[in-house]
Amino acid sequence: MGALDLKNLAVTTYDKSLIHNLSMRIPKGEVHGLMGPNGAGKSSLAKAISGHPDYKITAGNLTIDGTNIVGLNPDEIARHGLFLAFQYPLEIEGVTVANLIRAAVQARHMNKKISIHEFYENLYECMDRLKMDRSFSSRQLNMGFSGGEKKRCEILQLMMLKPKIAILDEPDSGLDMDAMKILADGINSLRDNNFSALIITHYPKFLDQMNPDKIHLMAAGKIVHSGNKSILKELEIHGYNWINKDS
Amino acid sequence: MNTSNNLSESLDPGDFHYDTTYEYDAGTGLSEKTIEYISKTKSEDSWLLAFRKKAYETFKALALPAALKNDNINFDNIRYYLSKGNESKRSWDEVPNEIKKTFHRLGIPEKERKYLAGVEAQFDSESAYSRIKDTLAKDGVIFVDSTTGLKNYPEIFKKFFGTVVPMTDNKFSALNSAVFSGGSFIYVPPGVKIKQPLQAYFRINAENFGQFERTLIIVDEGAELTYMEGCTAPKFETAALHAAVVEIIAKKNAKLQYITAQNWSNNVYNLVTKRGLAHENAEIKWIDCNIGSKKTIKYPCIILAEERAKGEILSMALASHNQLQDTGAKIIHRANSTTSNILSKSISIGTGLASYKGLVNISENASNCRNSTRCDSLLINQNSCTETCPTILVHGKKNHLQHEASISKIDEERLYYLQQRGIPAKQAISLIINGFVNDLINEFPLEYGIEIKRFIELEIDG
Repeated sequence: MGALDLKNLAVTTYDKSLIHNLSMRIPKGEVHGLMGPNGAGKSSLAKAISGHPDYKITAGNLTIDGTNIVGLNPDEIARHGLFLAFQYPLEIEGVTVANLIRAAVQARHMNKKISIHEFYENLYECMDRLKMDRSFSSRQLNMGFSGGEKKRCEILQLMMLKPKIAILDEPDSGLDMDAMKILADGINSLRDNNFSALIITHYPKFLDQMNPDKIHLMAAGKIVHSGNKSILKELEIHGYNWINKDS
Repeated sequence: MNTSNNLSESLDPGDFHYDTTYEYDAGTGLSEKTIEYISKTKSEDSWLLAFRKKAYETFKALALPAALKNDNINFDNIRYYLSKGNESKRSWDEVPNEIKKTFHRLGIPEKERKYLAGVEAQFDSESAYSRIKDTLAKDGVIFVDSTTGLKNYPEIFKKFFGTVVPMTDNKFSALNSAVFSGGSFIYVPPGVKIKQPLQAYFRINAENFGQFERTLIIVDEGAELTYMEGCTAPKFETAALHAAVVEIIAKKNAKLQYITAQNWSNNVYNLVTKRGLAHENAEIKWIDCNIGSKKTIKYPCIILAEERAKGEILSMALASHNQLQDTGAKIIHRANSTTSNILSKSISIGTGLASYKGLVNISENASNCRNSTRCDSLLINQNSCTETCPTILVHGKKNHLQHEASISKIDEERLYYLQQRGIPAKQAISLIINGFVNDLINEFPLEYGIEIKRFIELEIDG
C-alpha cells in the first residue's frame, strides 16, 4: 500500500479526455519526480487527484494510505493528507498568510482550539527555515507577491500543514538559483517515513537536489516511463525527444 | 423550563426572548388616539403633541418608498408604544429582572466596565438603563434618553430637534415624528473630547412591535465624540418595524463619529433616516454595518454646510436569502473646500439583493470640493444580485470627484484553492467575505469588529 496509489486512472474535463489508464504508486517516505512535455497532462493529473470540480475521474482507483478518495470534496481530500502546491497560487484580498494557515490548521483539529502562541511559534520556525521575513505572515495572501514569494508561501503552507503526500506543481518555475536551493532545502527538511511527495518540474537539476527515489515521464495523458534518477542526465542532454525514441 | 433554557443557550445571543408584562401599552394600530396616549404617558408639552399630530397627517399623505410597494405592511397591526415606565435607571440593580437578563445576555454590563464612557439601553419604547461616567457629567456632557432630554433640557432639545431631518423628509421620518419614543440625546460642551465611546443598545422584545427611537446629538465647538449603537431583536412569526430618526450636529472644529452595528432578525423592516450637519472645519463620520432584517432602507447623509467641513461614510451591507439591503450614502457639499469620502461594501448571498444608492451633490456656490466614492460588491451564489446606483450632481466649478465601483463573484478557483488547504467550503466562503470587508471592519472598535465577523459567519451558516 502506497501513500498515494493511482490505478488505471482516467480523467476528463468538460467531456474532453485528458488522462487514460494511468497507474502510479508513491510508497511512504519516497519522493518522486513527474516530468514531461507541455500539455502532457501533469497539472491536470494534480488537479484531478486533489478533487478540482472541473476534472472528473471517470475510471480507475485513487487512494491515499489505502483510503479511496474518488468523489470526495477537495477539503476532505486535503484532510485525508493531500497537499497541492499550486503552480499559480491565487490572490485573496484581506486574508493574511497567517489567517489562511491558521484556518487550515484549525480545520484539521475540529474539536480542539489550537493555541495562538503555539501556532506562531511553529509558523516563525518554518519561516526562518525558508528565510522569510516575519512581516510576511501579515501580508494579504499572494497580493502583490513576486513569483518567488508566491512559491515560497506555498512551501510555507506545506511545511505547516504536514501532509502525508504533497504534490508540488512546478514549485521551481520562475525562481533564481538561490531561491531554488532554499526551496529544495525546505522540502528536504520534511523528508521522513510519513511524508511522500510528487514533484512536477521541467528542471532535472532542481529535482536532483531532492534526491528523488523515482522519476515518471508523462506524455499525452500516460506514463511512458518510470525509473530511477539516472534518466535525469539523459533528459538534461537529449530533452523529451528521448522519450519518443524510446517508445 | 430547563430544556428551553438549554435550547436558547445554543442559539445566537441575539436570538432569545423573555416574556414580560408592560405597564403602558398604546394597543395595536395607529390613530390620533394612539398619539395622544403616547404624549400623555410621557407628560409632554402641548407643542410636542401638536408636532406629533401634524407629523401623523404628513405620514398619511406621503407615499411608500418604491421598494416597499409590494410588502403590504399593515400599519394597523403594529403596536406603537410599550413600556414598563419611562424613568430610566442609573444602576443595573434597579432595572426589572427580565430586562436585565436580556441585556446581560448581550454582554452589556461587562462592556460598560471594560471600554465604554457611558451606556443607554432601550427595551422596546423606553430606555431601561442610562449612565455616564461621573467625570464626563462634571464636564457638562449630557447623555440621556430622548424622553428625559426633552423633559430636562428643553432649551437645547427644542432648538435642534427636527432641524436636520424634517418630518416631511419621507414617510418614515414622518411616522417617527408622530410616535417617537426613546433614543439618545447627547450634548458635548465646547472643547470636551470624550476618549471612550458612548454606547446605546436598542432591543425589540415584543411581537408586532414598532420601535421608533429618536436620536439627537450635538457636539459643540472643538468637542469630540464617538457614539455607537447596537440593535437586535428575537425572531417572531410576524414582522416588526424599526423606523428611527437620527439627527447629529457637529459645530465648528468638532469631530463626531457615529457607529452602527445591527443584526436584526429577518422579519424586521428597518427603515431609518440618518443625517448629520457639519459646520466649519467639522468632521462627521458614519460607520454603518447592516446585517439581518427583512428589508433595510437607509442612506446615512452628511450636509457639509460650512467651509472645510469633512464627511465620511463607510457602510457595509450583507443581504442574505430573501433580504433587501437598500443602503447607501448621501453627501451634500454646500460650502467651499469641503471634502468627503464614501466607501461601500456589499455582499449578496443566495436570493439576497444588495442595492447601493448614492448621492453626491455639490451646490452651485461651492468650489474646491473633493469627493471620492468607492463601491465594491461581492456576489456569493449564481443567483445573487447587486445594484449600484450612484447619482453625482455637480453645480459648482473647480470641484474634484472620483468614483470607483467593482463587482466580483466568489470564483470557483479561489474556493478550490482554500478547500485544497483543508478548509470546508462554508468556512472558505466566510474567509473570503471577511477578507473582502476587512479594511472596513478595521474601522470599528476591536470588540465590535469581532462581533460583526461572527454575525457574518452566522449568516453564511444559515
